[in-house]
Amino acid sequence: MWGLKKSPWVYHAALSPCNNCDIEILDVLTPRFDAERLGVRLVGSPRHADALLVSGAINRHVLPRFLELYRQTAKPCVVFAVGSCAQSSTIFRDSYNIVGPLDKVLKEVDPNPIVVYVPGCPPKPEAILSGVIKALGSL
Amino acid sequence: MTVALIFIASVLIALALGALTRWVDRKVTALVQARVGPPWYQPVADVLKLLGKETLVPEQSQGMGFLAAPMLGFAGACAAAAVLIGTLLGGEGFLGDVVVLVYLLTIPAVAVIFGACASGSPVSVTGASREMKMLLAYELPLLIAILTTLLRAGAGAPDFRFETVLAFQRDHGWLLYSTAPDGAGFAVSGIIGFVVALVALQAKLGLVPFDVAEAEQELMGGVISEYAGAPLALIRLTKMMLVCLAVVFLGTLFLGGFDFSTLGAGVASVLKYVAVLVLVVLVRNTNPRLRIDQILWVFWGPVTALAVLGLVLAAWGY
Repeated sequence: MWGLKKSPWVYHAALSPCNNCDIEILDVLTPRFDAERLGVRLVGSPRHADALLVSGAINRHVLPRFLELYRQTAKPCVVFAVGSCAQSSTIFRDSYNIVGPLDKVLKEVDPNPIVVYVPGCPPKPEAILSGVIKALGSL
Repeated sequence: MTVALIFIASVLIALALGALTRWVDRKVTALVQARVGPPWYQPVADVLKLLGKETLVPEQSQGMGFLAAPMLGFAGACAAAAVLIGTLLGGEGFLGDVVVLVYLLTIPAVAVIFGACASGSPVSVTGASREMKMLLAYELPLLIAILTTLLRAGAGAPDFRFETVLAFQRDHGWLLYSTAPDGAGFAVSGIIGFVVALVALQAKLGLVPFDVAEAEQELMGGVISEYAGAPLALIRLTKMMLVCLAVVFLGTLFLGGFDFSTLGAGVASVLKYVAVLVLVVLVRNTNPRLRIDQILWVFWGPVTALAVLGLVLAAWGY
């Protein structure tokens, strides 16, 4: 558990977002905010990841792919719902295409996922980083 | 009995030095990018975390090969550590010479290819094919560069033992610049050999600008993209050990070896190690990644030509 707190490797899973949250997530991983001092590293493959940074209101096409991606992430893992769309689908919740907020769809593969909510539209990089620190501190 | 103790001691030294080397790598990278890097225990935390995660085996992979490959690579790296560090520690009997070491150092690369081909994923297979091409590219200049030093250390006939190399450097100065007393004095082939060996080792370690096999943004991890948990921890440990062994190898062949008999010599050894390591890391941070066809062109063209020039100069005594 100490290792997991000190070295969270993140995988950026963008599930039909409007890309504002993605821009902020990419900003967090640049040298200016220096996420590496917390041990955070961006990895290219979900099998290497400990944290999935999920952004976007999940739509019907990406849902089976996201569930497969979650199964491919080695447990224990934390899912960060970055942005208001991942938390609650906000203004898109009655859309024909949107299948619902993150924690609802995640229950299909994992009855007890660890989900961390970072609200904002989009959340500032400082907010994302603060969310990561608080989540790791309470693990 | 003592051989077993030397084996265990060298593996432990290689692991500890490897973790420290990895931290220096990340810290220097951070400083070059004007930020503070991770704390000193970060590589240890990474490995411990990976050991605590579940091991995933993809359905389309060949399970046995997939899981055996990291162990093979780790075993190869441990054996190479035993030969190199064990000989430097003063092991009695024949632990190995330069030929054995070069042979053992290729085992991790072959194991990576083996594991990637057993992964059953097109991304891994692409990475494996690139790693195979790189093996063809960098092995030749590396061997030629090593031969330049061995030629001068053996006074005309290449002598593959570590004792000869170290004894020559004790008596005549570093192989980086000196020839035997009846030679031409300053050895240009030493500098050429050092530069070629540095470039070839950068490719062997899979560091930018030659890291196409594990291209993070392009290939999603390439050769190791299907590994998770404990096998991934083994792969990363192998990589850490390889970086440490490569720096120690360069130091032994070109910079007079690592001698801890007196305090002054000990400090000099540490500075040598850190200087070569910082050189490797700075090359890593200031260059873009080359494509695989560019890598082949670079190694089969300028680098091999330079290495051959160095070998000819060494044979003539320059």
